[in-house]
Amino acid sequence: MNATCPLPLQKYPTITLAHGGGGRLMHQLIREMFHKAFGSSPDAHDSAVLKIPQNKIAFTTDSFVVRPLFFPGGDIGSLSIHGTVNDLAMSGAEPLWLTASFIIEEGLPMETLWKIVSSMARAAESAKVKIVTGDTKVVERGHGDGIYINTAGVGVLHHDLHIHPHSVRAGDIILLSGDVGRHGMAVMSSRESLEFETTIQSDSAPVAAPVLDLLKAGLNLHCLRDCTRGGLITTLNEIASSANLSFEIHESAIPIQPEVQGACEMLGLDPFYVANEGAFVIFVAEKEAKLALEILKSHIQTAQACQIGQVLEDGVAPVLIKNTLGTRRIAPVLSGEQLPRIC
Amino acid sequence: MKYQDEYREKDSVQAYAHALSKITTQPWKIMEVCGGQTHSIVKYGIDELLPPQIELLHGPGCPVCVTPIEYIDKAISIAKNNPKVIFCSFGDMLRVPGTDEDLYAAKAKGADVRVVYSPLDAVDIARKNPNREVVFFAVGFETTAPANAMAVDQAYKEKLKNFSLLVSHVLVPPALEALLGSPSNSIQGFLAAGHVCTIMGTNEYLPISEKYKVPIVVTGFEPLDILQGVYMLIQQLEEGRHNVENQYERCVKSQGNLPAQNKIRQVFQVIPRTWRGLGEIPQSGFRLNSLYEKYDAENKFGPVANPIKENSLCHIGEVLQGQIKPHQCPSFGKLCTPENPLGATMVSNEGACAAYFHYRSHS
Repeated sequence: MNATCPLPLQKYPTITLAHGGGGRLMHQLIREMFHKAFGSSPDAHDSAVLKIPQNKIAFTTDSFVVRPLFFPGGDIGSLSIHGTVNDLAMSGAEPLWLTASFIIEEGLPMETLWKIVSSMARAAESAKVKIVTGDTKVVERGHGDGIYINTAGVGVLHHDLHIHPHSVRAGDIILLSGDVGRHGMAVMSSRESLEFETTIQSDSAPVAAPVLDLLKAGLNLHCLRDCTRGGLITTLNEIASSANLSFEIHESAIPIQPEVQGACEMLGLDPFYVANEGAFVIFVAEKEAKLALEILKSHIQTAQACQIGQVLEDGVAPVLIKNTLGTRRIAPVLSGEQLPRIC
Repeated sequence: MKYQDEYREKDSVQAYAHALSKITTQPWKIMEVCGGQTHSIVKYGIDELLPPQIELLHGPGCPVCVTPIEYIDKAISIAKNNPKVIFCSFGDMLRVPGTDEDLYAAKAKGADVRVVYSPLDAVDIARKNPNREVVFFAVGFETTAPANAMAVDQAYKEKLKNFSLLVSHVLVPPALEALLGSPSNSIQGFLAAGHVCTIMGTNEYLPISEKYKVPIVVTGFEPLDILQGVYMLIQQLEEGRHNVENQYERCVKSQGNLPAQNKIRQVFQVIPRTWRGLGEIPQSGFRLNSLYEKYDAENKFGPVANPIKENSLCHIGEVLQGQIKPHQCPSFGKLCTPENPLGATMVSNEGACAAYFHYRSHS
């Protein structure tokens, strides 16, 4: 793939309303940029026509509005691929095809758009998915945050499991694929007015490969979920409420990079509620936990996988955390987003 | 993480809990002054590790909680009614309920409200936006005063005309005196706030300890800090002593941080202040002194209104004075939740009600 922007920048260094107007400029943008980056089908039409290998598919969609557009360890482009690919993987599906829709603010530098589109193309390649159709709209300056991206994805299921909170059973072991809090802190560290120097990189990565390997090994996965907005604890609460069960989590078992811990301490944030873009939880029967961990540890994205807790029949709250001191506390869903504290 | 893990280590904490049970012979009521300590206590279940005779009362040391409602209303009014204003605040002020709404709601309605981590970031925003008016909500105890003083002084030195502070600064020692002087006082000892004393030192607590015959132990925020602080306090109480002691020696020196104190004195003057839930306390806060008065948002945007009455269903005053525990308020978890807070103690990161709601069973 060409490393430089394929559009003649000297003429159109920024996105104009005409790039979304349906005329020649829009077609040039699609042809010269999107098709170059994502590839195009000779029979391109209003919709992509695709052959589904089996009768059970997974289908999902997600919108990406991250600010800033580029952050340590990723950007809105790679995020828009990883987010949707991972949502498919959480159903145990092999991700196959994505759509990509762009809402671009007038004035966005063409070079910036190219960087984002290139990043999407690289992310799609590494996640082994194809971007098969899409859409472009341009909104007036001041009506968007540079660019918003929506991706929808289709994946195919090679199993008959019902990977869902309803399949979680008392006694199940709760595994976590890796350390938590990196994505949210990486984005926060580069956000205007909260900038702080750090080496924290987002954990944004595709995780379908380890999930497919777990399934290939014949493991009966009860539930999977990526710990995105609201972080680990919010994700666990969602599953516990849906399953009508209680989870006990061991605080000391949850891996956190020291830099993330330090930044959270400084800002007064709880890393267990900070967003991730690669970390996910896995619920399996106790007898399958060891093999699941071995498989996860063999993949670079999930090399730090560990057991963090167990499913209880009944508890005083959906999620309980056993502190490092041995006492227990409730870990509820937060009312809104976490805010940095005063002192 | 260094300076953290060793203070959350189970064996050391349990050793102190065990030692405490050996020296405690009678009931004692002690107050942790700072909301950060309250959160640590509730989060780690430290109160569950103490002998049953020791009752921890949660104190008023939550800067967000004690900021009077009329200041929240003024902040919202400045942000909403002046399109040129960029209103900057620490994050946890945004959810504090004013009379009708909070700063979050004002932001959603179009006010330019921004969260900053440091007042110096607000100065930077003023520098970069010469055609806008930048107002920073300067709340807090002695801990945040030096940075706020530095921000104003920076603006003064750079002759920035578009920067001001809405000041609602309060001081810990006068509040302790107000609590101890109350006829209903039951506090027998204090865990003083380690970060406040990092700035101010420990000497200003000597006359209070002497006058009211109460032991005061300057204490940190990690579980081991708090247990050690409680141990030092109970040891004094059991021995009939009332000294000022320093558990948080790794940060606090008896004279405090002198350059920070000088900066505070250069910029602020001590005045009476109204505390949310506690009322007016003499000589308990700061305002900008005459040299810096043109940086006072009240001079630019008009004075803050007279004190406004709290919602009678909110028992914030009793909570902040340690007279009731959050779950003993009839509104707790029913009429008052983080989504629909009646008082600031339910929304602040350092509020006692928020700590109980977040970490404890609501029944």
